[in-house]
Amino acid sequence: MQRSGLVGVLRETSFYGAVTFFFVLAAFPFYWMVITSFKENSDLYNVTNIPFWFNDPPTLEHFRYLFEKTLFTTWLLNSLIIGLCVTAITLVTALPAAYSLARLTGRNGEALGIGIFLTYLVPPTLLFLPLSRVVAGLELQNSMWSLVLVYPTFTIPFCTWLLMGFFKALPPEIEEAAVVDGCSLFGAFIKMAIPLSLPGILTVVIFTFTLTLQEFVYALTFVSASDQKPITLGVATDLIRGDIFYWGEIMAGALIASVPVAIAYNLFLDRFISGITGGAVK
Amino acid sequence: MAVIAEPIVKPASRFRFILDRRDMLGSIFVAPAILYVLLLVGVPLLMAVYYSVSAYTIYNPTWQFVGLSNFVDIVENPVFRETLYNTFIFTFGSQILGLILGKFGALVLLRPFPGRKFVRALVILPWAVPIALATVAWQWMFDSLYSVINWTLIALHVIDRSQAPNWLGNPDLAMLSVIVVNAWRFFPFAIVIFLAGITAVPQDVLDAATVDGAGFWRRNYQIIMPMILPIVAIGLVFGIVFTFTDLSIVFLMTNGGPVGATSVLGFQGFQTGIVSGDVSHGAAISLFMLPVLLIVVVAMLRFIRRREI
Repeated sequence: MQRSGLVGVLRETSFYGAVTFFFVLAAFPFYWMVITSFKENSDLYNVTNIPFWFNDPPTLEHFRYLFEKTLFTTWLLNSLIIGLCVTAITLVTALPAAYSLARLTGRNGEALGIGIFLTYLVPPTLLFLPLSRVVAGLELQNSMWSLVLVYPTFTIPFCTWLLMGFFKALPPEIEEAAVVDGCSLFGAFIKMAIPLSLPGILTVVIFTFTLTLQEFVYALTFVSASDQKPITLGVATDLIRGDIFYWGEIMAGALIASVPVAIAYNLFLDRFISGITGGAVK
Repeated sequence: MAVIAEPIVKPASRFRFILDRRDMLGSIFVAPAILYVLLLVGVPLLMAVYYSVSAYTIYNPTWQFVGLSNFVDIVENPVFRETLYNTFIFTFGSQILGLILGKFGALVLLRPFPGRKFVRALVILPWAVPIALATVAWQWMFDSLYSVINWTLIALHVIDRSQAPNWLGNPDLAMLSVIVVNAWRFFPFAIVIFLAGITAVPQDVLDAATVDGAGFWRRNYQIIMPMILPIVAIGLVFGIVFTFTDLSIVFLMTNGGPVGATSVLGFQGFQTGIVSGDVSHGAAISLFMLPVLLIVVVAMLRFIRRREI
């Protein structure tokens, strides 16, 4: 009896040890962002201080510098514009495409859908050379509009796939009833299918936005003018003067850009997973 | 005679016949998406292939055909051979580490405990947050002077200040560092994939196995693992594809260094094709990704299909 009690205690301890391990592993770099961004420089660059908490009182100096002396607000605005435009392009193309593949094109739709989704796997590092020539040809070099042009190449496949799942889950009888009542097929799509799949559309909007925020390779390749950079690129590459990294500012910027994405992911994670695995789980 | 109902006469639209024909509307609806993808993924892919057999540079944009000489050039270059080797180490090292962490993380998160939702939400973070930003945070943690990792090791008397490792300055440690960061970025994805798979295993199957005398490990490896293999395979396809072609982690953390020790295909393609402007050789380097990607994708798709039958 006592023996099994001991085993139980050991088991509990190792279980909570494992929980702690994963907790620290996942969260520590973000804790490090937070603590760095609120620390005085004198505290930050003193190796005799204990680095895990504040030895001097916390400060907003880095955030102030970020907003007043750098292009941070411009990057924020650029990312917002890019995100909105890409979302608009994605919705206009992916919504009808997904509806068509789910409802109108029959058996071929499924195969075509998988084909479109597979293009999501074609990596930016394979396409960036030709695309940089295309961008140069359109005189969009060094402009954030090049990203508005290129980002839909991965958001459209991904969102078409996600929306296909949503449309398939709708009962077709509703649209059929609308058609019987004198609606055109197009009208049934606009008046019935779209309003009914609003949750799906919302998911797509959120994911398109976060995908554009996460992208780095195309931004790095096409945009080198500081005032045209999106936030991710700006924070990661533009807060360095020569060999000097402005760690407080970099971490503050990274923190601001990370928070909305982190929240969005946690809210919509399950839909993302069912989209990516596309019914491999039955 | 009273008219009870008059037929409503709608003005017939000229487009009505298009909007009402299933196949017509289907094609019109799908056309913009297909066109976009064809023009900006399909055509560039073919362009990339052609660049690799041409003499194209941004200074001399000629389409002159040079056969396989670009490929001969890069394969003969020892720097490229090291890059190719590095890419495999980077990919498989981080995928194996990520899968192990993912499997154990999923086992931990399966069991209810107070605060599980909160821990789960936090564990997703490494995968959700833009990788470029998380990489910069790691770079700061690996800093040569102010590394918090070294500080901790020194404070615990594991190492002495004089022999504190320079994580990103030593070739082996730099490779280890980029692998760890990439595994860290992917393990939440692996956890989520494993969780989705395991929770989809019907409870009655597990109960039946338990009644038949299968223990924890046996249930784990002979029932759950085979049943969740398809979904894990899909997760692995994504992991391998995105790691094998990655550029951002290496670019930001080590810039390929020290002396090319962490240079990977994506990074070298970028350096040659974009920074130096030698588009043809850059394209040839990038194209080395293609066969690997095709093999992985085809193998996984086949594998999934076979399991479904």
